[in-house]
Amino acid sequence: MSNRRWSYFFLLARIAAFFLPDAAALAGHQAEEPKTRKEEGAALQFPVPPPPFTPGIFPCSECHKEIKPNPKRRVLKDEHTNIVLNHAQGQRWCLDCHDAANRDKLRLVSGEKIDFSESYRLCGQCHGDKFRDWKVGVHGKRSGEWNGKKEYLLCAHCHNPHDPRYKPIQPLPPPVRPETIR
Amino acid sequence: MSDKETRERKIFRLSRRKALKGLAAGVGALALPGKDASASFWEAFFQKNFRELGKDDLRKVLARMEKEYGAQYGRAVKVKATPPIEGVQYGYALDLSRCIGCRRCVYGCVRENNQSRDPQIHWIRVLQMNKEKGVYLEEAEQYYNPAKVPEPGYFYMPVQCHMCKSPPCTKVCPVQATWTEKDGLVVVDYNWCIGCRYCMAACPYGARHFNWKKPGLPAAELNPDTHILGNRPRPVGVVEKCTFCIQRTRENPGRYPACVEACPVGARKFGNLLDPESEIRYIIENKRVFIFKEDLNTQPKFFYFYAT
Repeated sequence: MSNRRWSYFFLLARIAAFFLPDAAALAGHQAEEPKTRKEEGAALQFPVPPPPFTPGIFPCSECHKEIKPNPKRRVLKDEHTNIVLNHAQGQRWCLDCHDAANRDKLRLVSGEKIDFSESYRLCGQCHGDKFRDWKVGVHGKRSGEWNGKKEYLLCAHCHNPHDPRYKPIQPLPPPVRPETIR
Repeated sequence: MSDKETRERKIFRLSRRKALKGLAAGVGALALPGKDASASFWEAFFQKNFRELGKDDLRKVLARMEKEYGAQYGRAVKVKATPPIEGVQYGYALDLSRCIGCRRCVYGCVRENNQSRDPQIHWIRVLQMNKEKGVYLEEAEQYYNPAKVPEPGYFYMPVQCHMCKSPPCTKVCPVQATWTEKDGLVVVDYNWCIGCRYCMAACPYGARHFNWKKPGLPAAELNPDTHILGNRPRPVGVVEKCTFCIQRTRENPGRYPACVEACPVGARKFGNLLDPESEIRYIIENKRVFIFKEDLNTQPKFFYFYAT
């Protein structure tokens, strides 16, 4: 009688041993579920409209191919006089962002040359927090479909890169006061 | 029989019962439409509450409305009854650090949702508040009109329907003409609303508006893409409110609400609260979020946040 009881006990132990590793593996798998949201990396995932160039100014090489680059920091007197740098002007000037050799490109700190249509990567070098928010659609305007195709705007669509503070605009008319309704 | 008795028998005496009968008949006759009433009037008169409409009934109702509005505005009007999308709870977030108070959203909403132009109805109210006072409603100003906004020292807080999870407005409706849909939208059945305006008194956000007169909506400005619970032309004497642009957002894929599209600074964010990848979830998980009149426990699905 007691022998049989022991054999039942062993049988149960075998069954438990058979199932337990699986259960442990399952629990481990659940713990590995990704907790961070998808990081969107490639430029293709940010559908942006063309950069807001002043009409007729692009490609820059149209004029600049004739001009020898002058890497000396100076106040521009002949051309681009309308550009007043109001964006950490003490720390940088034109050629920190515009590439001296290829004027149709922007230049990252790493030396990488990028298109104007990818300018958010340039801005993101300093404004990492805004760049992070922009990528997930929290900073800046995003239009299109809330559950489908979305449209982004480049930083430069709202912020003049040379003077980035958003400029005040005229408000639309206030509501009618109830006392004026007849 | 004396003269007096004869007279009493013949004279018309108005008893309480007779008076009530006559009154009821008279009032009933007044309520009847005249000879110009069309069949569609009677159909509208006997139309059931939206939530009790069967599929066939609904189709007939939509067809009737399209015909009616088509005749009224002289152009084709589409009236949809798109049902909620499974697994969606709409949420809205507004960045107080970005809003400049330009009121582009107010007029974008008016154009999209066919609000009455005259008398004027705005579903969005933009409050200007002093930065030193914070959200202090006693000194909030909605009639500000400087040459340029934002004015230094002020911040701006647009207020519209908060799509409360525990909405005081639907609780007070005596006829259940307003309710919460499965996707969290609080909607109004304009045919069922009796215009008592209890909901307007109950709403702590001032988000509901009453059509005191027949809405003045020029046919040229009509948005013909409408939803039966949203932006279809309203009759006089009913309450209306923001629906997060139900006619846009219930589509799949659906466009962002008109106010999101109109905002020039990108302060308005919209998405599905049940989707962990949505921008609205990112905001709630990562930003400083503020709920307007949180102490009333209305549990809004509209959040204010401060992104910087």
